[in-house]
Amino acid sequence: MLRKSNREVLSKLSELGNEIYAEIERGEFPRIRIPSRTTSNIVFDEELGQFVLGNQRSLRSAANIKQIRSLTQLLWVASFAKRLVSEEKSSTLRDLYYHSLNYGIRFRDQTESDDTVTDLETLLGEPREGFNIFPKERSAIFGDLEIEYTTPETHKGRRVNLGSNPDGVMVGLSVAQADFLSCKADKVFVIEKNAVFRRFIEERVYDKFNAILIDTAGQAPRLARLLIRRLNQELGLPVYLLTDADPWGMHIAMVIIRGSANAAHLRELTTVKAKWVGLWATDIKRFSLPSFPLTKLDEERIRLLEEDMRYRDFEWQSELQEFKKTKRRAELEAFSAHGLTAIVDKYLPKKLKMIEES
Amino acid sequence: MSREKFQSISAADFFYRNREIAGFDNPVRATYTIIRELVENALDACEQYSIPPDVRTKLIDEGNSIYRIRVEDNGIGVPYDQVPYAFGQILFGSKYMLRQSRGIFGLGGKMAVLYGQITAHSSVKVLSSTGGFEKYFYELNINVQENKPIIRRKEVTPNPGRWRGTIIEFSFEGDYIRAKPKVVEYFRQTSILLPYANILFIDPDGALYRFDKITEEMPKPAETVKPHPYGVDLEIVHRMINATRSSTMVDFLVNNFHRVGAATAMNFLKEAKISQNANPRTLDSKDLLRLVNKMKDYDGFQPPDAQCLSPIGEELLKKGIIREFRPEYVAVTQRGASAYAGYPFIVEAAIAYGGDIPITPPDEMLVFRFANKIPLLYDLHSDVTMKVIKKINWQRYRLDLSSMPLAFFVHICATKVPYKTVGKEYIADRPEVEYEIEWALKTCARDVRNHLAKKEKADIVQRRLSVFEKYLPMIAQFSTELAGNGKPPDYEKVLRRVQAHAKEVEQRSLVEAE
Repeated sequence: MLRKSNREVLSKLSELGNEIYAEIERGEFPRIRIPSRTTSNIVFDEELGQFVLGNQRSLRSAANIKQIRSLTQLLWVASFAKRLVSEEKSSTLRDLYYHSLNYGIRFRDQTESDDTVTDLETLLGEPREGFNIFPKERSAIFGDLEIEYTTPETHKGRRVNLGSNPDGVMVGLSVAQADFLSCKADKVFVIEKNAVFRRFIEERVYDKFNAILIDTAGQAPRLARLLIRRLNQELGLPVYLLTDADPWGMHIAMVIIRGSANAAHLRELTTVKAKWVGLWATDIKRFSLPSFPLTKLDEERIRLLEEDMRYRDFEWQSELQEFKKTKRRAELEAFSAHGLTAIVDKYLPKKLKMIEES
Repeated sequence: MSREKFQSISAADFFYRNREIAGFDNPVRATYTIIRELVENALDACEQYSIPPDVRTKLIDEGNSIYRIRVEDNGIGVPYDQVPYAFGQILFGSKYMLRQSRGIFGLGGKMAVLYGQITAHSSVKVLSSTGGFEKYFYELNINVQENKPIIRRKEVTPNPGRWRGTIIEFSFEGDYIRAKPKVVEYFRQTSILLPYANILFIDPDGALYRFDKITEEMPKPAETVKPHPYGVDLEIVHRMINATRSSTMVDFLVNNFHRVGAATAMNFLKEAKISQNANPRTLDSKDLLRLVNKMKDYDGFQPPDAQCLSPIGEELLKKGIIREFRPEYVAVTQRGASAYAGYPFIVEAAIAYGGDIPITPPDEMLVFRFANKIPLLYDLHSDVTMKVIKKINWQRYRLDLSSMPLAFFVHICATKVPYKTVGKEYIADRPEVEYEIEWALKTCARDVRNHLAKKEKADIVQRRLSVFEKYLPMIAQFSTELAGNGKPPDYEKVLRRVQAHAKEVEQRSLVEAE
């Protein structure tokens, strides 16, 4: 989706401007209808396998004293976005908030400006990365993938192999938007934590399994999710997700697969075909892993996930039941108890096989 | 056992012995009272003849707690031969007539002179003219025991400028430093009620307090009326009979009482079982008692007529308040005439909001009381007005006394003001008076509430308008940038729609307020 980006985003923004402009010229109060993001309007789309917004619309009209301010803020964010995209500059949410202070646009706080950015995402059906507003990056990629930068202007056309840096390459806008030139890998491993990502590089997992490695550093940032999706869709690479065996790790995998409720207004961030390899709750027993008791918070989280539409599939439900039964959790590093390479030598082949067979 | 000795005393002697009841109990109070009495006499000398008052007062510190006061007015002046009696003898009127005036018996000024004579051995100097060819100067003392003026000096001089008025000057023992707050407040409040008067005061420190008139309009002067039958007692009727020349009871009643005609008199006498043609002087004491008692509860008398009174009027009251406080809004009202115990009275009231009026704590509320145009500065918390203010549920009028800048004004004018004490600084809670004050204040409160409601609506409309004025140009600018157009769209049309809407709302609220 980032590929289609610039021209399409720009035309959406100018279309918005034209509508407002014409309304004012006609002497009408400009107004915008935005899909509502209230809980009651977030529904689970069976076909997409993710949360999407329903049909409710909320109005931002200049005729309404309570809405004119937020309409103005939204249009400012839109014009700010237009400048970013057309000048090929990028910005962060925090940066945007500070910019607003220069324009007499009063946001009460950054939460309000963040919300307005989300409004624009919803209105245009584009993630903010589409108009060059990015969160702080912390995810990384490593593997035999040759890319060519398309942005920024200074690096356009430059090529790089993502296996060239043993620390991995940070997944930023330039990497996420780059053209994929050639790829020798035939699968992607997405790992929740950096320690295991490093171990995989050191143990030459990329080589042994012919895989691209991605470190999400916790809940995957949107650019990482975009990149995972692109790897899956554009290169047809199967994606395998590795997380801790606890409700939080499980949910990191789930968000990559089916998206988050927070981003229900956005599509094309999810990788429905990605597979959660582990650690499963059942792996604790299966591989005799050192484990810890669940905390109260963990148990509450499990209860919440049980009710979640995204978790209604049998495999997910049975893992949740296992957590409830054993009341134990384990981390990816737990394999170290069986030797430094156990996770690579024993666990991965076995789990991949299990998944292929299922 | 020795016999007690009784002796009659003169009126002057009586007041000398009882000076504290007239407000001369100590040097502080005496300073205030003297200034007040003299200024009031000066104002009466002008107003009763529809002369816009121009009253100048000067107080000079002569050392050793002795002060010299000088009050000058442009009033009607005192006729040449009456000056000694006007200032040197304490007299009671022999005609039993009533009129709204500041002093009750015209005694206050003479008490002041007497006080000066007692405390500072001062004689009083008077210069007066009625505007003729001469002006005359007197230096007087009072012979206390005989109640007679002693003329020390007398001079008649030509009056080429046809000056008219009176200047009075004497010394007394006082304490201005401590009396100052009340004295200054007295002048200030007097000026509130008299926007048609020039009032000037120079205090011993040389400070000038000057209140210039802002209008030539004056209320019509008070008229003299006969007493109403409800308002007399046995002693007064007895004296009236002694003084009358009427030979029948019908004539006596018709000639001496307010709003009693022949028919009323005859009906009343029938009820009182007294012959119409009886000579009033031949009534025995039993008849007399029956007559007076019957007067109290006979319901056939016409109520007293307030035509004789001289209220300030809503317009003048408003002007005076505006000059002093420049308030955002003043509600004024004048009640219809009412009467208590045979005395007609009229209540006027005002509530002012905002402007120079501060927000006051509850125990320092701005309550200005006036009786027959005199500001009442003492004993606020015993006054009926305060009782009424405490009684009214101000929330019903959406007024909050502790958080809003409010000032209250109540003026009662009457042929006889129902003071609680002779010191006359607060008004008794007679039910008739209380009722009138209550409704006067409630009427004003409703008016202020309507104003505030209207203002609030106008504020909202204005605030709305300014929001649109702020954001529409921005929306226009951003849409221009987004569309990539050269010049911004004309948002005036949209803004005009907002303005038209605002006007509509405002008009609607005006209609509602009415």
